[in-house]
Amino acid sequence: MARYILQRLLLLIPTLLGVLTIVFFMTALSPGDPARVMLGERANAQQLEQLREDLGLNKPLGEQYLIYLKRTLRLDFGRSIRTGRSVMEEIREHFPATIELALVSMFLATFFGIVIGVLSAVKQNTWLDYSAMIGALTGVSMPVFWLGLVLIMIFSVGLGWFPTGGRMEVRLFFEPITRFYLLDSLIILIRDGDPAYLKSSLQHIILPAVALGTIPIAIIARTTRSSMLETLRQDYVKTARAAGIHERRVIFRYALKNALLPVVTVIGLQFGLLLAGAILTETIFAWPGIGRWIYSAITARDYPAVQAGVIIVSAFFVGINVVVDILYSVINPKIRLR
Amino acid sequence: MNENVLLSIENLHVSFYTLRGVVRAVRGLNLQIRTGETVALVGESGCGKSVSAHAVTGLLPVPPAKIEEGKIFFDGQDVLQFNEKQMRGLRGVRVGMIFQEPMTSLNPVFKIGDQIADVFRVHHRIGKQKAFQMAVDLLDKVKIPEPERRAREYPFQLSGGMRQRAMIAMALASPKPGLIIADEPTTALDVTIQAQILHLLKELQKDIGVAVLLITHDMGVVAQVADRATVMYAGRAVEQGTVEEVFSDYRHPYTHGLLHSLPGNPEYRGAKRLIAIPGTVPDLRSLGNECPFANRCSHVKDRCWHEFPEETTLTAEHRFWCWYPTNLKAEDAHER
Repeated sequence: MARYILQRLLLLIPTLLGVLTIVFFMTALSPGDPARVMLGERANAQQLEQLREDLGLNKPLGEQYLIYLKRTLRLDFGRSIRTGRSVMEEIREHFPATIELALVSMFLATFFGIVIGVLSAVKQNTWLDYSAMIGALTGVSMPVFWLGLVLIMIFSVGLGWFPTGGRMEVRLFFEPITRFYLLDSLIILIRDGDPAYLKSSLQHIILPAVALGTIPIAIIARTTRSSMLETLRQDYVKTARAAGIHERRVIFRYALKNALLPVVTVIGLQFGLLLAGAILTETIFAWPGIGRWIYSAITARDYPAVQAGVIIVSAFFVGINVVVDILYSVINPKIRLR
Repeated sequence: MNENVLLSIENLHVSFYTLRGVVRAVRGLNLQIRTGETVALVGESGCGKSVSAHAVTGLLPVPPAKIEEGKIFFDGQDVLQFNEKQMRGLRGVRVGMIFQEPMTSLNPVFKIGDQIADVFRVHHRIGKQKAFQMAVDLLDKVKIPEPERRAREYPFQLSGGMRQRAMIAMALASPKPGLIIADEPTTALDVTIQAQILHLLKELQKDIGVAVLLITHDMGVVAQVADRATVMYAGRAVEQGTVEEVFSDYRHPYTHGLLHSLPGNPEYRGAKRLIAIPGTVPDLRSLGNECPFANRCSHVKDRCWHEFPEETTLTAEHRFWCWYPTNLKAEDAHER
């Protein structure tokens, strides 16, 4: 087990190196002169030359690459062209918002997806199964920006249950502790006994989490259903039933654990996609996360910010895959004991 | 004879309602098993032997399956009237099952010992550790070496024979096992392992006193372990009796065919090919009241095509269903 995990972790090194290399050459080879972008149209040749020298852009590509690697490993991504602030600092501000949203979405999607999938499989070819699968198909097909707007129209504008955007009511100002607002407000609740923060942060996260989680719920439900149907036909399920084990236990212990392997893969992939793909949701719900931040960095040709954003998101994606691999071995002893 | 009858199947009819028609899988099966004896249900694939066994434990998928008629008594209680809870009290407690494929019949993601312990715990209020210890003892009883270590291993770490032993242990994971239904328990195993498993079943039977319903297509296995046998063909019992009677005084042409297709047949001296029964099994959806074996039978006459034969009783145990039976004693033909 320990060896397996170590192996996975060692494999991280070449993967991440590949990511870094691709990101570097994509930015280096993309059209447009960073110096010109930074200084604007009216800069003269001397100023441009000076800035290129300062940024190291006049050095040979290979040397630039090595410098880039060295700095990246120190997590030094330079300064943002737009704001002049440290890129790492900006990421530290925005990333927790995205992770928080993605975690809540994935929690919803995993829970409801698996429950719906299992019920559909157990009640195969009943009205419950049909309606769940039609619902899943609808969920997969719904564009997230449209769903987000509809949710806002119904639940924020119409019913007034939830706010239309943001992470926390503006008048509730507080010094972020972890930058995960749910966690922060929970700490405040415990420390000061004030539930207003927790209530507000929960209210703010529900709609974007639902909008973001809809597609993963549908995908997880469909994967769980087909995997469960396959598993329920296996001989060992018959063995468990023949041994007089309660049907509920047969389904949720004996069958589900076997059916979970492909589901874990899908959950991991979806989680990775949520981290990067939350741009639309974040924009609609004015969620100050990394997706929106990268998007505006791209439109402003903020090279250091784009580079850093892509690297961080990719690193998380790769990291999630390692976690999925490790979860495999927890579920399947055959992998663990090889 | 009814004194110690443990399981009694009476006039069982099972059908499967499929999109392509009604498959009449079992038609009028009668079978008794007494405490501690081994009864074999013999026949080829699709003859209804597994379906009959599954009916006993309520494991038929309903729908498409439907028990049309008949009664099944276990220990004098009508099993077919049981609700789900009573059925679970039967499965695993009084009736254990062993299946054909030891490779796929054990859950791949749980330890052997935990799986057996789980069965103990379903039916008895005992702690995890106690149940695990009982599982280890049981693994010892089915002669798995180093049971303590094996109990902590996963199915994929065990050989086929050992897995089948573990399956047997699981079927016995009860303080009062009465019947083991063994559905082709040796089919997937090597010949040497087969012999070991059969020997183990025999030994356990003497030891614990369980009855065994052995489902098989292999006449060799029947001869080795069974006390009595019922030969089934296309959903019907065609001959029934003690193993002695079925093997040396068989009357039904199908039984004859089965025995003569065994490689040990003395007629094979010098022969190059095995003797097979010509033709194929009829479609169970299109069968009427004819004898289902009519299309493959060498004795077939007009009557066979219209009426299923009446029961002919020879001894207390021996009966058959055929209008034109083979008569060994009269013909003084093949000895075995």
